[in-house]
Amino acid sequence: MPKFKPVLLARVGKPDSALLSTYQRDGGYEALKKALSMPPDDVINVVKESGLRGRGGAGFPTGVKWTFLPKGHPGPIYLAVNADESEPGTFNNRILMEEDPHQILEGIAISCHAIRANTAYIYLRYEYGKSYRVLERAIEECYAAGIFGGNVLGTGFRLDVYLHRGAAAYICGEETGLIESLEGKRAWPRIKPPFPAIEGLFRKPTIVNNIETMACVTHILGRGAAWFKSIGVPADPANPRDAGSYGPKLYCLSGHVNRPGCYELPLGVTARELIEEHGGGVPHGRNVKAVVPGGISMGFLAAHELDIPLDFNGPGKAGCLGLGTAAVIVIDDATSMVDVLYNCCRFFSHESCGQCTPCREGTAWMTKILHRIRSGQGELRDLDLLLEVAGSMGIIPGTTICGLSDGAAWPVKNALQKFRPEFEAYIRERRSTLKPAEMWSAH
Amino acid sequence: MPVLTDSMRERITSLFARYPNKQAVTLPALHLVQQEFRHVSLEAVKEIAALLELRPAEVHDTMSFYGFFRDEQHPLGQHRVWVCRSLSCALRGGEELLAALCERLHVRPGETTADGKITLEFAECLGACEGAPCILVDDQCAMHVTAEKAEQILRNL
Repeated sequence: MPKFKPVLLARVGKPDSALLSTYQRDGGYEALKKALSMPPDDVINVVKESGLRGRGGAGFPTGVKWTFLPKGHPGPIYLAVNADESEPGTFNNRILMEEDPHQILEGIAISCHAIRANTAYIYLRYEYGKSYRVLERAIEECYAAGIFGGNVLGTGFRLDVYLHRGAAAYICGEETGLIESLEGKRAWPRIKPPFPAIEGLFRKPTIVNNIETMACVTHILGRGAAWFKSIGVPADPANPRDAGSYGPKLYCLSGHVNRPGCYELPLGVTARELIEEHGGGVPHGRNVKAVVPGGISMGFLAAHELDIPLDFNGPGKAGCLGLGTAAVIVIDDATSMVDVLYNCCRFFSHESCGQCTPCREGTAWMTKILHRIRSGQGELRDLDLLLEVAGSMGIIPGTTICGLSDGAAWPVKNALQKFRPEFEAYIRERRSTLKPAEMWSAH
Repeated sequence: MPVLTDSMRERITSLFARYPNKQAVTLPALHLVQQEFRHVSLEAVKEIAALLELRPAEVHDTMSFYGFFRDEQHPLGQHRVWVCRSLSCALRGGEELLAALCERLHVRPGETTADGKITLEFAECLGACEGAPCILVDDQCAMHVTAEKAEQILRNL
């Protein structure tokens, strides 16, 4: 297979890659000009035809989401761009924002034209200080150049783009949590329906899209839907519900690999290719024990499952929750899965918003049970207790409003399904891997 | 005696035009106040509420949801240093780095050094996993941080 030439990351690392002048020299904002010459519905159709699915985690087809907006709505319609990237292991949005902000802003302008929105808010996690400053400057450049403002590129289209900083809460990445937070409230997700496209931000029709999705929109308009669809994994003709996995994807590789980083590859690369060909293998001559396929809320692949393609369908076939954010975290064979699972549970316990009891209590108790096991005080029946708690929380069993809980349960389910003997041996031998260091950050 | 200065009030009200209602300025206002005073006092909450035409309880409800904001009993030091403890960093020594900084600064996570200079915190994933373990100093990220490198960063603050 010929080596894939990066598109989304093409300008990353080049001199002055964040400046409007270099972006325009590289052909920037031509796609926006093209889009503005088309009726909005035609732009939506191009995005629909491309097969683009949202890059933020859920993988919903972007163009289809846009068609859920009410027809002939008098407005306002809002675009809320999700830049709250917080899923452990994920950092591709940060790289795009820091290195090539105009690629994103162009996608935002194209999307706003398509969905007839005159205002876009970029909800940016507070921790991304550099992203904030780079985007702030890029937005100023756009206003000064007439790309944003009352008369976008002389077409009469009005567009305002505002940056809105979050306050360090994972739940704000959930689209309705994001909306509540943007409105100035606690980020408690809303019951759906109504979906945001019908009633979202400030009670108006709203589209929530991820940063990487916006960058993809720019290239789809620039290069055409057919180009996008020529990359990745086509839909399975035997499965009418499969929407395919088209386009390039930014895979984030971290953990026990020699060359961690963000790699742009066609959707469908395997974890093994990522680790061995791109990541330079596992350090210290160790082997892979487990791999997180797409952020910790997607669960784990075992060492014998590394040849599963990381497209929208692959991880699910191995019992994972999905592709998620395509953040691949490699765990070597010198690491205890008990420790790894404790770390995951502690994260979700800390980040549960507290609105739904099964999630608030479930994440906290799973963390406490694992802490007990790691103190050498566990019992074998604790493993069934963990599974019972994990099985009773989430949208899938029907006990919570949002999917945080499903994501909290999944690592527990996968770990106990794929690594149970290790957990049993740990408990039987009354091992304890609590590190003195951890007393400082105890839950 | 009001605690918000005229300039802070102006900066807050200048954001009204961006949103269809004033409540949406809650987070920006809280950020602005905490940045300036290193905490958000109850009096500041009341004054923000008055500006945004909300009840103080509404502003306080939002503020207390985000562990990010500190009340007057728990003010921040001059700098806030976050050490990531999530999986990618933990696999590469994040917890040990946090422990080393706790010992070096004689504080537990969430506490501020005796000289009021540094508040140390643990963080969940900071989104810099390719440079694990990473830390955030105020809102600037540092990657591949060892205890020695951290000490150097803190010394230069």
